[in-house]
Amino acid sequence: MINLLLFPVLIPFLFAAILLLFPKKVKAQRVVTMIGLLFALASSFVLLYKVKVDGVQALTLGSWAPPFGITMVSDMLSALLVTSSLIIALFVVWYSFTSIGEEREKAFYYPAILFMLTGVNGAFTTGDIFNMFVFFEVLLMSSYVLIVLGGEKVQLKESIKYIIVNIVSSSLFVITVGYLYSVVGTLNMADISVKLAEIGPSGIVTVIAVLFLIVFGIKGGIFPLFFWLPGSYAAPPVPVLALFGALLTKVGVYAIIRTYTLFFTSDTGYTHELLMILSIITIVVGCIGALAYFDVKQIIIYNIVIAVGVILFGTSIMNESGMMGSIFYLIHDILIKGALFLLIGIVIKITGTSDLRKMGGLMKRYPVLAWSYLIAAFGLAGIPPLSGFIGKLLIVQGGFEGELLWQSVFILASSLLVLLSAIRIFIYAFWGEEKSEHLINRKTYRQLLTPAISLVGITVLYGIGAEYLVPFMADATNVLLDPSIYIDAVFEGVK
Amino acid sequence: MEILMSILIGFLFMAAVYLILSRSLLRIIIGTGLLSHGTHLLLLTMGGLGGESAPVLADGITDYVDPLPQALILTAIVISFGVTAFSLVLAYRAYKVVGTDNMDLMKGNEDND
Repeated sequence: MINLLLFPVLIPFLFAAILLLFPKKVKAQRVVTMIGLLFALASSFVLLYKVKVDGVQALTLGSWAPPFGITMVSDMLSALLVTSSLIIALFVVWYSFTSIGEEREKAFYYPAILFMLTGVNGAFTTGDIFNMFVFFEVLLMSSYVLIVLGGEKVQLKESIKYIIVNIVSSSLFVITVGYLYSVVGTLNMADISVKLAEIGPSGIVTVIAVLFLIVFGIKGGIFPLFFWLPGSYAAPPVPVLALFGALLTKVGVYAIIRTYTLFFTSDTGYTHELLMILSIITIVVGCIGALAYFDVKQIIIYNIVIAVGVILFGTSIMNESGMMGSIFYLIHDILIKGALFLLIGIVIKITGTSDLRKMGGLMKRYPVLAWSYLIAAFGLAGIPPLSGFIGKLLIVQGGFEGELLWQSVFILASSLLVLLSAIRIFIYAFWGEEKSEHLINRKTYRQLLTPAISLVGITVLYGIGAEYLVPFMADATNVLLDPSIYIDAVFEGVK
Repeated sequence: MEILMSILIGFLFMAAVYLILSRSLLRIIIGTGLLSHGTHLLLLTMGGLGGESAPVLADGITDYVDPLPQALILTAIVISFGVTAFSLVLAYRAYKVVGTDNMDLMKGNEDND
């Protein structure tokens, strides 16, 4: 089964193509989407097992020997990310059954989600830098559809900005790939790594590294390039927001991690220092934003920005604890952001507003929602034994080992502010007097709560069972810190 | 030749940036179109110009053009074509719903201060 690593990319694609045939049959759409996602998830678990047992999987399409053909590579990091993106998609789709509304379901909502997953999983799996651009475009095109679907005024306003920002950043991506090609003469990521190591530190390589940081920073939302993120993400309905918040920024973060560990390891004094400074500023700005707003969506959206900063700080340290911490935190953040968005989606559905000042006293009638939100909030802030703890612990440990004391203190302090911002929602929305009307009936409430609580349950398991995940994370860390494993897997049988 | 191409690309980028920074939505979209043209020419130039013959394997041919940038440009053109078409449709729809194509008036959000 050498094609195994393509299954999580191709299965959503095939099912999306099937779904295009009967857009008006809502029931059939739901069932087929679910089946497709379950198949894809099953294949990704098999892939995870395969990568764990046999090491990095590589496949060169059309049997052109690397570096000439397009290579798909699945190491532990990409297998983990593919699996968690499919898990999130499964829960978001389940939640959408009740939340998104039939009008959108009839307008190619599910195919757009599946096409987006094709792009996301493809970007995680590809081993070719130009192919990564193509998969970015696939996921961006589907995200344009999802962000504008429904055609409300605010959606149209914000999606135009989103699209223009992304067109410009895609152009920059192609420009950067062009520069890289003129220096190394290849597009295969393993081959680029070999060639760049031969060239050694040079000015043009550093320029390319910074350009890549700008390109992926726009997608990932690092300071100062996250300016488009809060406005655009707040426009679409909550399930789409959950999907975007959990997955899209993480693709940018993954791309930074991949390029900064595989390509640009010769001049770390400049490139990784820059990455670290930017990630610290990202955390600070994210904290300010998360505390400044009374809009629940904005609070959680700014928490995405904080998380991006924390993950990239772990990466920029380039030692074992830091790297493992950032992988732990990356997967944690995908899961917990999905869970939080689904939960606040229920709050918004109940109260009919996203303004905290107009909410209150939900604890009395919706105790299960309140407690599961509290667990998710604690998980977000990283209170042991919940899911955010182990990642942050390792990142801070890595920071201390790398003698980055004050930077690590920023990470610790940001945890407190994250906790404050999340608890603020809890205090305003769940405590106090009942202020708003209750716009939701019990049946809808239960249907929305089940997927959200299940996802919170998964994040709790992720935190408690962290010890069992350590071997997987260790594999991922080894490949990132030692590019020769990745390169050997791609060129196996050629050299 | 490379120098000439670089100047041309720089000129395209300059025009693109000027247009993207303007207020009218249509001008912005034309700007992104010019930006992608510049990008495609840049890809071509980065592969190295020159080369005597087509990249087809035959006896006695040693100096041939690099085929890869052409494949990349083809892909990038198709993508930018699709994105431009979509953004034009979206701009028209936004103009009808919002009632303006001025980006300054598209700021903000009635729900929140």
